[in-house]
Amino acid sequence: MNLYNRRILINRLGIGLSMLAMAFGLLALLWILFTLFSKGFAVLSWDFFTLDTPAPGNEGGGMRNAIVGSLMIIGVTTCVSTPIGILAGIYLAEYGATSKFAAATRFVVDIMLSAPSIAIGLFIYALMVETMGGFSGWAGSVALSLIAIPVVVRTTENMLKLVPPTLREAAFALGAPRWRVSLSVTLRSVKAGVVTGVLLAIARVTGETAPLLFTALNNQFFSTDMSEPMGNLPVVIFQFAMSPYDNWNSLAWGGALLIALLVLAMNIGARLMFRANDKK
Amino acid sequence: MDPATMVGQVSSMVGKSMEQTDVHSARVKVFQWQDGVFHKVTLLFALLVLAGLFGILVSLAIEAIPALREFGPSFVWTNVWNVPEEKFGAVIAIYGTVVTSLIALFIAVPVSFGIALFLTETCPAWLRRPLGTAIELLAGVPSIIYGIWGLFIFAPLFSEHVQPYLQGAFGSIPVVGGWFSGPPIGIGILAAGIVLALMVIPFIASVMRDVFETVPSVLKESAYGVGCTTWEVVWNVVLPYTRVGVVGGVMLGLGRALGETMAVTFVIGNANRITGSLFAPGNSIASVLANEFGEASPGLHVSSLFALGLVLFVITFIVLSLSRWLIRRGTVKQGH
Repeated sequence: MNLYNRRILINRLGIGLSMLAMAFGLLALLWILFTLFSKGFAVLSWDFFTLDTPAPGNEGGGMRNAIVGSLMIIGVTTCVSTPIGILAGIYLAEYGATSKFAAATRFVVDIMLSAPSIAIGLFIYALMVETMGGFSGWAGSVALSLIAIPVVVRTTENMLKLVPPTLREAAFALGAPRWRVSLSVTLRSVKAGVVTGVLLAIARVTGETAPLLFTALNNQFFSTDMSEPMGNLPVVIFQFAMSPYDNWNSLAWGGALLIALLVLAMNIGARLMFRANDKK
Repeated sequence: MDPATMVGQVSSMVGKSMEQTDVHSARVKVFQWQDGVFHKVTLLFALLVLAGLFGILVSLAIEAIPALREFGPSFVWTNVWNVPEEKFGAVIAIYGTVVTSLIALFIAVPVSFGIALFLTETCPAWLRRPLGTAIELLAGVPSIIYGIWGLFIFAPLFSEHVQPYLQGAFGSIPVVGGWFSGPPIGIGILAAGIVLALMVIPFIASVMRDVFETVPSVLKESAYGVGCTTWEVVWNVVLPYTRVGVVGGVMLGLGRALGETMAVTFVIGNANRITGSLFAPGNSIASVLANEFGEASPGLHVSSLFALGLVLFVITFIVLSLSRWLIRRGTVKQGH
């Protein structure tokens, strides 16, 4: 075989393998989605949303307590992490161009974006569960906030950096103080981007299981008291999937489908919103 | 000069010339005070983020003290995890963590490279965005979904169709055969590594795609101009140019894989022992924590689990720091 043909062959092989890799990635996504739907869709009945998790060996049941618990924990997480994340992001974009402290914060944010979430669970266990006398929904929310905040900080800072300097200078020339420029001009002009970041953060924590295992724990009964152990979807899915009971397993599939749908919807929503704003 | 103070000075000068000194300088003072408060408040929240990381390190270390005092530094390399006798060592869990992560990288790196190559070089322009989004969505799927899928769907298929085949193909080769020995029960170290690979592919692929896009088109075009094939351009121009960033992306995937809990816990089999076989069930640091922490009796057991958490956090911290440093260097220096 001459050199020319060999080069063409290697090229075709390489390109072919890369297409195979792409197909593999897409097939994995489709396969996982397909199994989720085929196993979980039938479970998502009225009962699933209105009945509480069944005791071992009992038939039927739903996930009402877990769904409500998850919504409450994530709601509190959103309320805690949004202001903290946005203000820290403003600091980094506004005052952090040169300071060493800002560089250190940026570094920490990057690490926390991928830090093992189970270690964050351990930290909150030591910080809140041990000292405050037991597992609680609050502890779960704080643990999730530690995961959500870096996402919000990162996107807020990145968005603020995109604002053209002329816009800020125009505001300064009108005599506006810095905080006013920051909040009413820069932050406002990237509102959609920041909201995207918050949405992505919520999507990220919605499926997080590991940090809730030692903080919110679980609660077999319906409860809206955040200072008590609280049922939540990820932990219930974990326990039910690992259990020997068939109806628990299928409830776990229903929960998994519900979580996957929510997370995908938030991810897609965040992207659409960002894109719509980009075009303007 | 700082624009805000500049504006302040200018407006106060204007004020003086108009003989309205008190009103204007009073307003400027209010603005300055407000700006000071704003600065301090945002600084405080940035400090809070910084404190989070140190809080994690410090609290894990404090809680781990009893175990580290009891077992000394040999905790890290002791091959025992015996709950009833309260004898603990980290090596079994570290072994499981490292081996599953390496298997994951072994599969995920070539696949991610292929995906990134396809997305940046050969993909038709109209498909680039949807396919890129699909990969990013895959990155957003919560790890518990990978776990439950791995346990109920992947593991049975794996034990029935793949493991016997692997045993047939490699079983008689020395050393390698040992990796594939033992009963093909599906769940185990190898299955955990494969599920983990699926999970980290999107992370590595999107970093690789991003750094591949920093290659100046002039460079690629000149290579195409002298008659290079696409493969040669990627292998001899794009890859050397983006080497640092690509390694950074791989390290990011490694950092994710090391600390992953749910995708591993479901399929690793949760057995506290080391065997040479990859088919055998094992345990990773994260899976030990997920399984035992809830029921651990206070004292040495809990403290040892905290020590494990500390080991995990320190390892991932080092890997992630390296990855960030490399990715930054890869995209800043080369993106000029």
